[in-house]
Amino acid sequence: MTPAQRKQEKPLASRAVQAAFLIALVVLWYLATTRWRVSPLLLPNPLAVLRDFWDILTTGEFIGDLRVTLTELAAAFAISATSGVVVGYLISRTQYRIRVFEPLFAGIFSVPIILFLPLYVLFFGLGPASKIALGATISFFPIALNTIAGFGYVDKMLVTAARSMGASDYQLFRYVLLPAAWPVVLTGMRMGFTVALLSIIGSETIASLAGLGHRIVHLAEGMEMARMFAYIVFVVMIALILNTLVSVLEARGRRLQ
Amino acid sequence: MTSTALALRQALRRPWVARIGVVVLLFALWEVAALWWVDPMFLSPPSRVFASLQSVFETRGVPAALRITFWELAVAFVLSVAIGLAIGLAVGLQPFARKSFLPIVLLLYGTPQVTILPLFILYFGIGPASKIAFGVSHGFFPIALAIVAGVQNIKPILLTSARSMGANRWQVLRHVIFPHTIPSFFAGMRLGMTGVLLGVLLAELYVSTAGIGYFTTLFTQNFDPTRLFGLIAVLAAMAIALNEIVRRAEIHFGRWHTD
Repeated sequence: MTPAQRKQEKPLASRAVQAAFLIALVVLWYLATTRWRVSPLLLPNPLAVLRDFWDILTTGEFIGDLRVTLTELAAAFAISATSGVVVGYLISRTQYRIRVFEPLFAGIFSVPIILFLPLYVLFFGLGPASKIALGATISFFPIALNTIAGFGYVDKMLVTAARSMGASDYQLFRYVLLPAAWPVVLTGMRMGFTVALLSIIGSETIASLAGLGHRIVHLAEGMEMARMFAYIVFVVMIALILNTLVSVLEARGRRLQ
Repeated sequence: MTSTALALRQALRRPWVARIGVVVLLFALWEVAALWWVDPMFLSPPSRVFASLQSVFETRGVPAALRITFWELAVAFVLSVAIGLAIGLAVGLQPFARKSFLPIVLLLYGTPQVTILPLFILYFGIGPASKIAFGVSHGFFPIALAIVAGVQNIKPILLTSARSMGANRWQVLRHVIFPHTIPSFFAGMRLGMTGVLLGVLLAELYVSTAGIGYFTTLFTQNFDPTRLFGLIAVLAAMAIALNEIVRRAEIHFGRWHTD
């Protein structure tokens, strides 16, 4: 076998293993529900799940819950992205402010903020407001921290060089600071988006009136397992699509500036 | 300018003094807001929260609930480390296994596990087992991925030279691979602790019969913000302490690596 052939074959073999692994998982799942009589209350038949999944997609009954969750996500992210970038930028302007606030933010960020969910429910009620507030709080910190890191640690040499060549404040911002900080800020926004999505679905699961997380809990409590699995698959796919979309946007945005 | 004002300005020039000043200011604002502006049904001033910490601990069942939650966190963390280490080594040691299974691990890590929280309750019951299992499901991924990254970053020349000097598989693992993965292992443990905290607390808040989730729900439904704040403060302190322990360990064990 020549080295070139080897190189071509290796990824193919890996793909085969991956496919075999996933197929084995589904086959095991199928056998568990048909042959080994695992109770359908614990593990529904994959075909039933597929049927329900198709039913959810074709009847469009997911639209109401999806709209609630996405609206909450959009509102939370809009709040945290604007406030995170503005606050982060203001802090990054002097070394003193960075040294005062950065450890503070990093400290708060290391506390699992989901702990405060009962307080948010107490303040904002069971509706979307508490999810928006919690999602905005949780995603504020990665965005603010990355904005500080992006704007605060621009190479001093670049700033001095631009200044000595007579750059105005605007020019310095537009042609030196922004290009240096932009990728880091974008990464912060992606991280913020991911945690906002997670915390919104999480808080919908724990205490809510509507939304995808609420729907899953509702079906779990009604012991409608096949439909619940179908919704789990649906939510996981939505999350994967959103996260991929955001990663693509991040990669696009990096090239843009 | 008076001398006290001057001394204050001098002190504020140090970032950590100013940082404490910011925190104190926030607490003062909270105190004022709670005393005069906000309905005491929803917000209680920090002075009263602090004074009533005693009564939180004296509430029947709360000390036991804190113990249970701490125990859940500890067990979940230990299991996450064990499982993460096993999966990380199994996936990371062989290039073929890495290429095949790393994408699957990454895919699973990228899915929002909180959607399957009700399943964990269904399979493991509403007791501590489901919290531990859900914590482990959040905690072991970062540890496994850190191990894979650590193994991957070993310079091939080290492996080659160890082999050429006649080291067998076990010796290579023990004296080359293991010491080199320690820094990333501890970095992974820090992220794993964050995951375990998130997972266990999420599951506790979702449904709980004896843990702290039961009491947060109870205090929320009784509109008892004083004790709710107190309990959450205690839990936050617990989380900060656990995070700090693994962070210190990471700094301590990550250092020797820089030759």
